[in-house]
Amino acid sequence: MKADKKIKNVFRQGAISSEFIANSIAKHQVKTNIGAHNIFLGQVRADTIKDQTVAAIEYSAYEDMANAKFHEIREATFEKFNLTCMHIYHSLGTVKSGEICLFVFVSSTRRKEVFKALEYVVEEIKAHVPIFGKEIFEDETHQWKINS
Amino acid sequence: MNLKVKYFGLIAEITNCSEETIPFSKHTVAEFLDLIFSKYPALKNKDFKVAQNMQLVNIETKISSAEIALLPPFSGG
Repeated sequence: MKADKKIKNVFRQGAISSEFIANSIAKHQVKTNIGAHNIFLGQVRADTIKDQTVAAIEYSAYEDMANAKFHEIREATFEKFNLTCMHIYHSLGTVKSGEICLFVFVSSTRRKEVFKALEYVVEEIKAHVPIFGKEIFEDETHQWKINS
Repeated sequence: MNLKVKYFGLIAEITNCSEETIPFSKHTVAEFLDLIFSKYPALKNKDFKVAQNMQLVNIETKISSAEIALLPPFSGG
């Protein structure tokens, strides 16, 4: 299937719920040419830094550029891998530790494509999309997250 | 020309605003950064990238578009 040319809004306000993810999976039951799905869920980790524990991450983004980058990543992924469809959602605003902030969902006729494609998409997002995470500690101080 | 300059994350904390208009009469990104550093000396030792019209640029790039953004390290996902 060709990638959709229209730039989509990838951002959701707040955490991505289990219900949203379950519904997204259910919607694919009508696409019976699919034989394999692969899902990445990014979860906010309660890191401890200098005796302070991360309670939440507050996400902001250069939204227009970020959505354009997500679109480029989608196009490049469809070029490289034989996928049936792909969905990406990222949180904005506050996401508490233990909640989901990134949901990437790729589907194909066969399993090998989805294993490779999912890693590619997630690494591209981490490296190239202008999203900024502010780690809020339990005492309400904060620091700016840097991806490792 | 008047530049619309956007700041994000740690950078916006230092500038204390997320967007402002800055008159600019020179040419390159390096010259633009001289102006920014004289306005916000605390940015000098910070790590950030510059985007022009939503594309990353280097210090030699000529400024030709009105929308500039200062982007600290990305930390999505």
